[in-house]
Amino acid sequence: MKDIVRSRLIWAAVLLAIVGATLPWWLTGYILGVLTVAYYFGVFAMSWDLLFGFAGEVNFGPTFLIGLGAYSAAILNAHAAAPIPVCVMAGGLVALVGGLLLAVPALRLRGPYFGLVTLVAVLLLQNAIVIFAGVTGGEIGMMVPDVMSVDASHNYWIALAFLIVCAIILFGLSRSAIGLILQASGQDTVGAQALGFNVVKHKLAAFCISAVFSGVAGAMLVFYQGTASVSTVVDIGIGVQIIIAAVLGGRRTILGAVLGSIFLIVAGEFLRPLGQINTFVVAAVALAVILFFPDGLLGNILRVRERE
Amino acid sequence: MLPLQILIDGFAISSLYALGAIGFTLIFGVSGVLNLAHGGVMLVSALLGWALAGEAGLGTYLGTPLGVVCGMIAAYVTYFMVVRPIQRSTAIPREEKEIFVLTGTLLWGIMIQQGMAYLFSDNPITMRPLIPGVASVAGVRVPYNEIMIAVVCWVVIGLLWLFVNRTKAGKALLAASMNPRGLTLLGFELSNIYLLAWTIYGVLAGIAGVLLASFLGVSTNNTGQLTASAFSIVVLGGLGSVSGSLMAAYVVGYLETVTAYLISPTLRPLPALLLLVLVVYVRPQGFLGRR
Repeated sequence: MKDIVRSRLIWAAVLLAIVGATLPWWLTGYILGVLTVAYYFGVFAMSWDLLFGFAGEVNFGPTFLIGLGAYSAAILNAHAAAPIPVCVMAGGLVALVGGLLLAVPALRLRGPYFGLVTLVAVLLLQNAIVIFAGVTGGEIGMMVPDVMSVDASHNYWIALAFLIVCAIILFGLSRSAIGLILQASGQDTVGAQALGFNVVKHKLAAFCISAVFSGVAGAMLVFYQGTASVSTVVDIGIGVQIIIAAVLGGRRTILGAVLGSIFLIVAGEFLRPLGQINTFVVAAVALAVILFFPDGLLGNILRVRERE
Repeated sequence: MLPLQILIDGFAISSLYALGAIGFTLIFGVSGVLNLAHGGVMLVSALLGWALAGEAGLGTYLGTPLGVVCGMIAAYVTYFMVVRPIQRSTAIPREEKEIFVLTGTLLWGIMIQQGMAYLFSDNPITMRPLIPGVASVAGVRVPYNEIMIAVVCWVVIGLLWLFVNRTKAGKALLAASMNPRGLTLLGFELSNIYLLAWTIYGVLAGIAGVLLASFLGVSTNNTGQLTASAFSIVVLGGLGSVSGSLMAAYVVGYLETVTAYLISPTLRPLPALLLLVLVVYVRPQGFLGRR
């Protein structure tokens, strides 16, 4: 039964990916631009889901990792004129170091304490960016000289391909033995240890993987938008959006996070005419989902299937 | 007279922080809820108090208590619409209740912030001082309002202490933070006690909100900052420990004031954040927390 659900899920995902790839032929550049951002957000949300849904670590500061990746790539590009692929890789590496920094307290602290540390990490990064305004451009942000492409369709395809690659890796990982062990250690650390699994090693791995994907995606977002600024890659509000997207799509589903991000970004764009109140509406929808459908969009679909 | 200036300003700010954080720690101690809509509740009382006093023309003396009432209502709404449904939900596994409460209150806080920004714009507002005029203490100019705020904070904290330690309802509250199951076995209705805790929380956060509006001023953009500073103070002092929170409020308040005066106002929150990270790494239970 489970295999049928899985294969159906995968077929649906493949179908969506194919439809997604043809979109540039019949959509306007504006909508493509919105979707491009949504796809990068999808990667952010997936890597958050790996940490939260599987490893059970409440990371309130996904933007700490994203911002590290984004800013190191931007600085390298603007001040050392390094080519884009090098910058993106460097962004992933710096984010990896950041992930290890976060993992150290996570292995010692529980629940709210760790959540607070991640929140503080974001605030510290934000302050550091403002203090070293000479290098980072401070509150205004910094422009990068290189951009990935000026063509909306190309940018869209790059983002989609990146999303698909990340989704395959992260989804495969979550359904592998590593994912199961992570899930076990997230839900019952002592039990998992008693069964002989090395919880510390697996959690460290989860942090590293989540960090690398966040950092690389953050760096790519910078080269898509042409700027790195606190309000687009570091602000706590962005982190909250990522968390909302992942919970909305369904925890512990990885692919749900993508659906949640696309829904959130597209809904935010459609609600833009409402002006200031649109964040209010998005937050209210997310709150309603959490209260009434705590399993999220994809989680509910899967659950119904399982019952049948 | 810089040291004296820092001493006086720091004291007033710290007292305000203490008042804001005590309600937060009380809710956690009694019902294990970390209310991330805390800044939102303070914002409601501050902005509505300001609007009622100014635009509605009720004057500062009527607007301030009404603002506190609004804060209380906001706390009730937080409890009945967000926290209690999550606590009672059967669809959410028990071990994930905590993260759902955190996420739910965070979203609710954002809704308050955005709703208030829609109604009142995100411009910073400052309430007219309750007591105008400036006193001079050993050559340092101190507004009467600042003195009044410190006094009010400590009177409220004192009243809370009397309530918790000297009345039956207060003792039940204290007992609930120690052993909720034992309390229910003695025939107390736990939901009544939660309601009492949220009432006290609403009053404390409401008072802190209106006082903040008349002292430093508030803006909807600062909501997250307000929550974060209460959260940090409470963790620094030890989750659930009221005396720890008091201590931490003064440490943070003075650290911020000293930084603002001696180094640079833009670096104001930084040393407290660094201290917080250090404490969380070295002594996660905080100054006076129990594990």
